[in-house]
Amino acid sequence: MLEIRDLHASAGDRQILKGINLTVNAGEVHAIMGPNGSGKSTLAGVLAGRDGLEVTGGTVTFKGQDLLDLEPEERAREGVFLAFQYPVEIPGVNNAYLLKAGLNEVRKHRGEPELDAMDFMTLIRERMALLQMDDTLLSRPVNEGFSGGEKKRNEIFQMAVLEPTLAILDETDSGLDIDALKTVAGGVNALRSPDRSMVVVTHYQRLLNYIVPDFVHVLSGGRIVKSGGKELALELEAKGYGWIETEPATASV
Amino acid sequence: MTQIATGADSYAAQFAASAQASALPNALASLRDDAFHCFDRLGFPTTRMEDWRFSNVAPIAQTPFVAPERTPTYGQAALDALSLPKLGGPELVFVNGWFMPGLSTTDGLPAGVRARSLAEVLVSDPDTVLPHLGRLARIENHAFTALNTAFLRDGAVIEIGAGIVVDAPIHLVFITTGGGVPVMSQPRALVLADANSQVRVVESHAGEGDTPYLNNTLTEIVVADGAVVDHYAIVREAQAGFRIGGLFARLGRASNFSSHAITLSGAIVRHEAHVVLDGEGAVCTLNGLYLGNGQQLVDNQTTMDHAKPHCDSYELYKGILSGRSRAVFNGKIIVRLDAQKTDAKQSNKALLLSEDAQVTTKPQLEIFADDVKCTHGATVGQLDAESLFYLRSRALSEAQARQLLIHAFAADLLSHIKIDAVRRQLDTLLTERLPVGAGG
Ligand SMILES: Nc1ncnc2c1ncn2[C@@H]1O[C@H](COP(=O)(O)OP(=O)(O)OP(=O)(O)O)[C@@H](O)[C@H]1O
Ligand SMILES: [Mg+2]
Repeated sequence: MLEIRDLHASAGDRQILKGINLTVNAGEVHAIMGPNGSGKSTLAGVLAGRDGLEVTGGTVTFKGQDLLDLEPEERAREGVFLAFQYPVEIPGVNNAYLLKAGLNEVRKHRGEPELDAMDFMTLIRERMALLQMDDTLLSRPVNEGFSGGEKKRNEIFQMAVLEPTLAILDETDSGLDIDALKTVAGGVNALRSPDRSMVVVTHYQRLLNYIVPDFVHVLSGGRIVKSGGKELALELEAKGYGWIETEPATASV
Repeated sequence: MTQIATGADSYAAQFAASAQASALPNALASLRDDAFHCFDRLGFPTTRMEDWRFSNVAPIAQTPFVAPERTPTYGQAALDALSLPKLGGPELVFVNGWFMPGLSTTDGLPAGVRARSLAEVLVSDPDTVLPHLGRLARIENHAFTALNTAFLRDGAVIEIGAGIVVDAPIHLVFITTGGGVPVMSQPRALVLADANSQVRVVESHAGEGDTPYLNNTLTEIVVADGAVVDHYAIVREAQAGFRIGGLFARLGRASNFSSHAITLSGAIVRHEAHVVLDGEGAVCTLNGLYLGNGQQLVDNQTTMDHAKPHCDSYELYKGILSGRSRAVFNGKIIVRLDAQKTDAKQSNKALLLSEDAQVTTKPQLEIFADDVKCTHGATVGQLDAESLFYLRSRALSEAQARQLLIHAFAADLLSHIKIDAVRRQLDTLLTERLPVGAGG
């Protein structure tokens, strides 16, 4: 599904990703953890095609094609979805309108007919129930005035509507209370399937109790310095990142 | 058409000819005389004048415009081709400043409301208009006001009797068409809204052809005590067309006046709105939405003159500029000594879609009362990169994303437009006219 090889990326004159290797197979859930500023969001941004990030080396292959060659919207239509760490507020752009336009672009790309208003609303209601979303959020401008938790819920709701094949969730858990966390995790789990992969960026093991990953990676200083199973997350929670960063094998610059 | 010498001479000659051709009431003839002398003395403004510093009207000064006579051949097909909004109510059509009865209708006006041609009123009923013409639009210091007044022959007169509510908006359509000759049109509109009446007046300005023309319009509106007047000026001049427009309004006690200045096209478009809040508790809203592209110059000038206490004013102007277009916004707020408890808000926001587009904005506050609230702000920005990325990451094309964001920028102004046909058409025009490619 996703094959990242020796990926280097910079922002401005700053080298942030310094050789990432990661393979995500269909149906797998990978968690990425790591200290603040280690490059997790940068990696997510490079995969989604964020402007201002320059790939200075390496390759990313998605479903057999060069992902880096595609515009952000082409990636989205191919099935890449990024749940933003900081979803932007867009006054004047209606949430439902955006979703309908986005979904129809995706469907067009897949060779499916566009949904009419009725079918769209049926789908929306079903997915809103999944996330226990408040109806009113739908008719409001994108994220405008949403609470932190509502923004994160909205991200997962959009994912549920767009049905991506690769979902990258960037700290979707931060800012959620435990009930909201359970709901959001429930929504994510409902979308797990053998042909959908997920990359879940988080600081907290807690989320991984609900979204149980197949693999856990530690990103530090722009590299994946350790990979393991779900136990690794527990170990990180207990010991912090210090013990990994000081390991000589991965400390070279 | 006769060949006219360039420069002031041609205007003098044309003024003399026009004065001879029209049998006007004495009071008006002398107002026109005074106006021409003012114009002659002032000449066209230059960028050395403070109010015109960023608005170079040399292309207007240098074109030998001709004041046309009636154009009776202008027909319905030509009018339809302009696809102006259909408001479904009374509609007065003017071509090169002259009323066109065959293209107009006053069906559906309630009793106590009249919508007539100024030329006709000047013959049949001059006392209705003479006390008002030129009272708000002063000729002394403004060359274009003087020019319009000097050539004043026809226009629209709308009278709404006390307490009458007019449902259907009254549409005034001003078309300039020279058929290859650079014509100047000087239409005039006078709206007299008597106490507690309510009316909506929509001015559509449009033009034809590739030849430069000047549409120099003046609208005077008297909003009596308790009256509610909503006014719209929608400017869709031809690419080569120049439009200078003055809107003058005087607001009585507890009246409510709003005006929406919408500039969609034209080579040079200047819109001035000067409002005197002249009765306690009056409320005035001046909104503006302007698009600029190519080499266009779009200039908005407002004066909000708070003359009496307890008046509120709101101003929101938004511009969307691409290409090498330039925009000017000068918003003057005057709060006179008497005008305690004034609440005046002003905001100008511009969205620049290209590197070469430019906006100059200058708020001007002249406050003589001490217990007042005045806020003003101006912002100039580009489309938000993070929002663009967000929308594209949700599968929208870059063009779609840009269009949505541009639309969103204008959304609050559009939502204030209460006439559905106008709002819907603007919605469509915004989508059609806006450059969505990254280059603008
Ligand atoms: N556009 C940019 N220009 C310059 N530096 C940047 C830019 N974007 C990110 N950085 C820097 O790159 C580093 C990695 O940032 P990134 O957002 O990827 O970290 P992160 O691992 O997601 O951190 P967090 O856990 O706090 O979200 C940080 O030091 C950040 O300040
Ligand atoms: Mg981050």
